[in-house]
Amino acid sequence: MIALSDFLILGALLFCISLAGIFLNRKNLLILLMAIELMLLAVNINFVAFSHYLGDTAGQVFVFFILTVAAAEAAIGLAILIVLFRNRRTINVGQIDSLKG
Amino acid sequence: MSIEPVLFYIFSAVLVFAAVMVIAVRNPVFAALFLVLAFFNSAALWLLLEAEFLALVLVLVYVGAVMVLFLFVVMMLDINLTPLREGFIKYMPVGLVVAVIMLLEIAVVVGPENFGLDQVAPPPRHGADYNNTAELGSVLYTVYAYPFEIAAVILLVAIVAAISLTLRRRPQTKYQNPAEQVLVRREDRVRLVKMEAEKAGSAEGAEGD
Repeated sequence: MIALSDFLILGALLFCISLAGIFLNRKNLLILLMAIELMLLAVNINFVAFSHYLGDTAGQVFVFFILTVAAAEAAIGLAILIVLFRNRRTINVGQIDSLKG
Repeated sequence: MSIEPVLFYIFSAVLVFAAVMVIAVRNPVFAALFLVLAFFNSAALWLLLEAEFLALVLVLVYVGAVMVLFLFVVMMLDINLTPLREGFIKYMPVGLVVAVIMLLEIAVVVGPENFGLDQVAPPPRHGADYNNTAELGSVLYTVYAYPFEIAAVILLVAIVAAISLTLRRRPQTKYQNPAEQVLVRREDRVRLVKMEAEKAGSAEGAEGD
């Protein structure tokens, strides 16, 4: 049988991989957004696992709302990315410093 | 020995591999495709957890909408990849150290001694007549009706924000205004002019002068 801890450790593994991805790809805004999506997926795996093992549907309802908010976040984030690229011709985080005092 | 642990380990291995490739590959197109693979595998894992509706929603919404949007943006932008990769090796040690420390800390908390089979017994499997969608819907439209409507408003705000952010007005391009086209009247376009009939002789005389 699969234990609950297996799913939780899988979620932790995914979360840490995407955290390392944010450190490694800190110049590329696109990969940063993808790493955030991966983090949300790790959290969702935890929610679904707890919902199954505790027999409570509330966890799945919460995953539903997380999916909604993540879709909205991805849409707005990519729209901002497109506007940024249109104005600055770059998505390099190191070069986005026009607000620097 | 049931087949479920085998499936779990296969899907988990592919999921972790895809996640590593998302952050490691050079080309953002491949990163997006590996993210699609990760979403498919986690959908399979959610099927193992009897969350069938959410697994299908993950494939439909994430793979069908969000990742296609990502791929569209990645292919639309003309990105010079070389400066974006600088610092990858430089930040590798600190990134790995932070990730490994955090993984060990989380594993201490959620490890088998706290959430193992002895502490949290796996629930009995539902029968073939169990309907995950109906159960989720019966909760979603009664207990969580108010948050559900807020989620709908969030999606509406996201639509408005995304369109208004990327809408570009170019003053030099010519475009039609349908409102003005509909509102036009005869007097704006047609003008009747009273004038004398031209005489052949006078025109020749004018030329002669």
